[in-house]
Amino acid sequence: MAVTTRFVALTVITAAAVGVAAWATVLYLGPPRGAPAPPASAATAGANQQGAEARRIKATLFYVAAGGLGLAAAERDVAFAEGPSEQGKRIVEALLDPAPAGLASAIPPGTTLRGLYVGEHGDAYVDFGGTLRSNHPGGSRNEILTVYAIVSALTVNLPAITSVQILIDGHEVDTLAGHVDLRRPLPNARQWMEKGTS
Amino acid sequence: MTSRVTILGLIALLTVAAALPLDAQAPRAAAPYTVITAAGRRDLGAASVGDQEMLRLDEIAALLQLVVREDRAGNALTVSKGTNTVVLSLDQGLASIGGRIVSLPAAPVRDGGRWLVPPDAVSRAFALVAGVRIDLRKASRLIVLGDLRVPRVTVRQEPAGPGTRVTIDISPRAAYTVAQEPRRLLVRIEADGLDVGAISAGGGLVQAITTSEPATVAISLDKGFGSFRASTVPIDAASSRLVIDLMAAGAPPLAGLPRAQPQQPAPPPIIEAPPVDAPASLLPAAMPGIRTLVLDPGHGGDELGTRGSNGTLEKDLTLDVARRLKNLLESRLGIRAILTRDDDRLVPLDERASIANNNKADLFISLHANSSPNTDAKGAEVFYLSLDGLNDEARKMAETPQSKPLATFGGGSREIDLILWDMAQARHLAESSVFAGIIEEELRRRVEMSARAIQQAPFRVLVAANMPAVLVEMAFLSNPQQEAQLATDGFKNGVVQSLYDAILRYRARVEAQAAGRR
Repeated sequence: MAVTTRFVALTVITAAAVGVAAWATVLYLGPPRGAPAPPASAATAGANQQGAEARRIKATLFYVAAGGLGLAAAERDVAFAEGPSEQGKRIVEALLDPAPAGLASAIPPGTTLRGLYVGEHGDAYVDFGGTLRSNHPGGSRNEILTVYAIVSALTVNLPAITSVQILIDGHEVDTLAGHVDLRRPLPNARQWMEKGTS
Repeated sequence: MTSRVTILGLIALLTVAAALPLDAQAPRAAAPYTVITAAGRRDLGAASVGDQEMLRLDEIAALLQLVVREDRAGNALTVSKGTNTVVLSLDQGLASIGGRIVSLPAAPVRDGGRWLVPPDAVSRAFALVAGVRIDLRKASRLIVLGDLRVPRVTVRQEPAGPGTRVTIDISPRAAYTVAQEPRRLLVRIEADGLDVGAISAGGGLVQAITTSEPATVAISLDKGFGSFRASTVPIDAASSRLVIDLMAAGAPPLAGLPRAQPQQPAPPPIIEAPPVDAPASLLPAAMPGIRTLVLDPGHGGDELGTRGSNGTLEKDLTLDVARRLKNLLESRLGIRAILTRDDDRLVPLDERASIANNNKADLFISLHANSSPNTDAKGAEVFYLSLDGLNDEARKMAETPQSKPLATFGGGSREIDLILWDMAQARHLAESSVFAGIIEEELRRRVEMSARAIQQAPFRVLVAANMPAVLVEMAFLSNPQQEAQLATDGFKNGVVQSLYDAILRYRARVEAQAAGRR
């Protein structure tokens, strides 16, 4: 009996904590600090995962073009997920994988994705681990390519996302390498695409 | 039924528990902050909650004419002025302004009937709502409201031979006069207020050193005082140093006293430093238009910038080229050239623009070396700011200087010109683009250009510059051939000569426009 009571209490506390976290996220359109909020219910997440493994979508991802000055588009298979936040995560995860032959990745090796949240105005907040900054080789061209490879991947593939703000370890940052202003969400800018890129 | 009551009770408990960590630490009184406005100084109540310093929201609201409402349903505070609103979360250190999230070091805390907020909320959130420039200087417990000159001033005195030496450092630079009155010297600094740092106690021929409003340092003199000599000593581009040597009565003037550098003739009772926004008088008079230029050597200190495969560091190259350009500009054109850093140290991006703004620079050039994942990338590039990421309303606010009433201490208000400092560059984009175009043409005559030679980008260092501003990437350090080129005097001098010629051309354009208006 005592065990059952404790279990019920724990379940209620967990459910309430999830509710509070979700409520705060919706209210402020921003990520809660620390770990990403847990899914709303284990059952739904399980069902989604099963479906996602079965389905894959084509997404346009962006890599450093020959010449090293612009971004080139490449179509990749990405796991399907429900909703812009979850699908956005799958797309960014695919972008962290090695680049297709003939193109270079604009993302420093070792970069990890911590979370992705989409606000009601279409602003996506993409939270990366600190290596995105600490492993970044610097140079404004390099920084532009990194930032806009991420911004383009999300805005081109997901109409629900109109601009993207990059966070590091859950926090807003000034820049990745001393140039591009990351204090507000950036819309896609086609000028960084190589000519002929869709 | 019982279980529903249990659940509701648990949820209530949980909500209380969530609020507990902050409430558990009762606010303690702390020394007040000082607010400097065009109308004078006043105190702003402060408190400490744990390690976090907080300010009284009601006093800030009165100062900035903000309306504060508590949104119990949303567990938030809304702070608004006109149609501008910021929402402060009571759960965590987050504020939302027009859909944009700003992080704060702490959530608001209730102290009896009033709310306390972290000082950062004033500069990071309320400034945007109130549409006024707010300079928060936590180390000095100072808040500067509006576009005021409030240099930091430190004063120290030390024995110097038979006399006493008083050294006054003023940063950023400001003009000043030294006047002798009976038993005291008054140093009047051309500023709207002083950010007073360390001040030595009296000693030797000095009885006491005090400051008074708006910007005067008073040195009370001992009975034994006879005469003084004041001289200006250059320390760096951003600061002024005034050295006053006090001699005892009857002592042979200056006997045994090490002279402050540089040497100057014996002073008249009143000396005047050159006004800060005029070129040094030894230089040929600059034409109207371009008198002061700020050169910003990218990166520095622990922030190396990018690095070539042979180990060349961007931060070293940018400083080298900036120094060369400064020498050429000052010796040939009589333009005052200020470096945002003249040694290997890290200067925050905001401070780089502040140095240009505080010195009322006419042009801002940030110097960098580039890098790409593809080692074939090569060539110089010129950037000016793009306003990507600003919504239309913010863009309009940024582009149009607005005249707004500012609260004064008497309870009235006066009209002042407001610039949204965070986006000061927006007003200068057209001229920045012209200047970037001229630089691109001049560089092309001497160095290889990238296939994307001139572009707009949302670069952080340019955003707050209140004058035409560009960022120049000289070459790609990631390209081994270009790294080797960058090491040569020939290449560096080519870049310097191109930038010099571009500044000359841009100056001619500004002068022609000025002549056209006359």
